[in-house]
Amino acid sequence: MDTFRVLLVDDEEELVTTIAERLQLRGYHAEAVSNGEDALKRIEEKPFEVVVVDVKMPGMDGLELLRRIKAKNPSAQVILLTGRGSAKDSEAGIEEGAFDYLIKPINIEELIKKMKQATGR
Amino acid sequence: MLRRLFPFRRLGGEGDTKEARYFRLWLYTCSLTALVSIAPLVIMSAVSYYQYKKAFRGELVRPINRLASSVKRSTEFFLEERRAAMKFIIREKPFDQLADQDQLTRIFRNMKEAFGGFVDLGLIDSAGVQRAYAGPYQLRGVNYRDQDWFHEVQLRDVYLSDVFMGYRNFPHFVIAVKHEDVTGDFYVLRATIDMHFIDRQIRTLGLQPSSDAFIINHQGILQTPSRLGKKALEESGVSVPPYSEGAEVIEERDEAGNARIIGYAYIEQSPFIFMLIKNPDLLMKNWVALRNRLVAFLAISAVVILLLILGTSSYMVHRLREADQRQAEAYHHLEYSNKMATIGRLGAGVAHEINNPLAIINEKTGLLKDLLLLEKNIPQKEKLIALVDSVLNSVERCSRITHRLLGFAKHIDVHREPIDVNSMITEVLDFLSKEAEFRDITTSISIPPNFPTIESDRGQLQQVFLNIVNNAFAAMEDGGQVLVTLQEKIAGRIEVTISDTGPGIPEDILARIFEPFFSTKKEHGTGLGLSITYGIVEKLGGHIDVISEVGHGTSFIITLPIVAP
Repeated sequence: MDTFRVLLVDDEEELVTTIAERLQLRGYHAEAVSNGEDALKRIEEKPFEVVVVDVKMPGMDGLELLRRIKAKNPSAQVILLTGRGSAKDSEAGIEEGAFDYLIKPINIEELIKKMKQATGR
Repeated sequence: MLRRLFPFRRLGGEGDTKEARYFRLWLYTCSLTALVSIAPLVIMSAVSYYQYKKAFRGELVRPINRLASSVKRSTEFFLEERRAAMKFIIREKPFDQLADQDQLTRIFRNMKEAFGGFVDLGLIDSAGVQRAYAGPYQLRGVNYRDQDWFHEVQLRDVYLSDVFMGYRNFPHFVIAVKHEDVTGDFYVLRATIDMHFIDRQIRTLGLQPSSDAFIINHQGILQTPSRLGKKALEESGVSVPPYSEGAEVIEERDEAGNARIIGYAYIEQSPFIFMLIKNPDLLMKNWVALRNRLVAFLAISAVVILLLILGTSSYMVHRLREADQRQAEAYHHLEYSNKMATIGRLGAGVAHEINNPLAIINEKTGLLKDLLLLEKNIPQKEKLIALVDSVLNSVERCSRITHRLLGFAKHIDVHREPIDVNSMITEVLDFLSKEAEFRDITTSISIPPNFPTIESDRGQLQQVFLNIVNNAFAAMEDGGQVLVTLQEKIAGRIEVTISDTGPGIPEDILARIFEPFFSTKKEHGTGLGLSITYGIVEKLGGHIDVISEVGHGTSFIITLPIVAP
C-alpha cells in the first residue's frame, strides 16, 4: 500500500485530531490543524498529497484556503468537508479545483476511498 | 331555478354563523334594492293614475259644462225676449187700448206671430180684474186680487211662474209685467207661455240615450218631461243643487247607489234649473281600460324587477361566498406553507448545530473501535465491540435525520428541462417492479392523448414520485393496486393522481400528514418523507393534496405547472 501524506483542516479540533489518529492507525501519514494559516504554514514546511478542508471555518474559510493551496501547490488534491448539506458551497468548491466533497459526519472508509481516488492510487 | 333565487338551505340562520351572515347580507341587499327600485315605480304609477283620472274627468266635465251653459244662455235669452216684448207692449200701448178686447186680441195675434210661444194674453187692472183677454180660455172678468202672483208682481214689477199643466195638457208658465201710469195707478199684462220651445231645445241636444236632461224648479219638481220617462210636475228624483252663477258639474249617487254626473245651470230670473244627468261608467270605459293597463304594467314591472333583484343578489352573494372561501383557502394554504418553512428552517438550524458534535462522537467511537480491534488481549472484547457498534449505529441514525432535515430546508436551484411525465412515472414504477412482482401488486398508468410535456427539475420530481409510490406500496397488503392517472387541467397545469388500495388514512391523521416529524410508523422512518415531498412540490411551483377514506384507499394528487415558474 502506498502511503501518502494528508493534512486535515477543521476548526473543530477534537474531530480533526481523532480522524488523523484513525488514519494513522491505518498506516497513513496524517496531520491535523485547526485553521487556515496553520495549514498553509505546514504545507510550506512539507508537501501533502491530500488536504481535507472543512468549508465553514472562522477566519479563513474553506474555499479561500482551497484557492491558496491551489495557488501554491497545484498538485495537492483538496477534499472538502461540509456540515450543511448544501451542495452549492461544495459545488462551488469543485469549480475552484477541489477534488470532491463529503458531508459530515463522515465515514472513515469513504474518506480513504476518496483520498485514493484523488491520488490515483 | 328557484335555488338560484334563494341560495340558502333554510330561512334565517342562528346568530353569527357564516350562513346566517350571508343570509342577512342577501336579505338586506334584496330589501334595499327592491325598495329603491319599486318605490319610485309605485309613486310614479300613483301619480300617473291620478293625473290621468283627473284628465279624463276633466274631459268628461267640460262638454257637460258647455252644454249646460249653452242651454242656460238660450233659455235665459228666450225668457228675456218674451219679457221684453211684454214690457214694450205695456209701455207702448195706453191702458185704454189694452183694455179694449178687440185691440188686445189684435195685439196678441201679432205678438204670437212675431215671437212664438205665447198662448194667451190678458190685461189686469189694479183691482185684480182681468179687463181684456185674448186666448183659448174664458178668463175675461176673472179676479186675481187675492192670488200670490198678483201680490208678487205688484212688488217686483215682473213675475215668472212655475210650470203648470195647461192647454192640451202640456206644461206652461206665466209671465206678468206691471206698469204704473202717470196717475200712480198700475195695471198688469199677463201672458201664458208654452214650455214647448224650451223643451224642444232640450230634445235637440243630441244626447246619448243613457243621458237625461230636463228642467226643474227650486223644489225639485220637473218642469219639462224627462227624456227617460218621467212626466212634468212629477218629482224629478234628483236633489236640488246649490245655487251657482254659471254652469256647474257635480257628482252624485242615485237611490240605487250608482254614480252619476250632473251638469246644471240656474236660469236667471226664473224659477228654473236646467239639469243634465250622465252616467259616468259608460263614459269612463276608456278610463277603466287605461287604468287596467296601468295597473297591469305596474304589477308586471314590479314582478320582473323583484325577480331580477333576487337573481342578481343571489348571484352576488354566491360569488361573494365563493370568493371569501377561496380567500380563506389561500390564506390557510399560505399559513401552512409558512409553518412548514419555519419548521424546516428550525430543523435545519438544529441539524447543522448537531452535525459537529455528532461527527465528533462518530470519530471518537470509530477510534475506540479501531483500538479495540487492534488490541489482542481485552477482556470481553466481543461485547465491547458490540457496544461500540451499537453506538455507531445510533450515530448513523442521527446522521440520517440531520441529513434529511438539511435536505428538507435546502434552497436548491430548480434545474429546468422538458420532462415526459409518462415515461418518468413508468421509470419509477419499473424501479419498484421487483417488489411489485414479489408482492403481487398491480400498477397501471392512465394518460389522455396529447398529454403535454412539462418543464421541471428531473431529479426532484423523480424523488417526489418515488416517495409517493413507495408510500403506496408500504401501505398496501399484497395483491393491491396502484393506479396513476394523468390529467391536463386548465390554466396551464397538469395533475398526477397516485391512488392505492390500501387501508386509507383516518381524518385526524390526514390533516397532519405533511407535517415534519409526524409519522405513524413508530420506530421506522423519520417522519420527514412527506414533508420533504411537500416542500419539493411547492418549490417546483405546484401543490400536493391527499384524499383518503378508511377502508377505501388513498389518493395523492400532485398538481404541477406545465411551464416552470
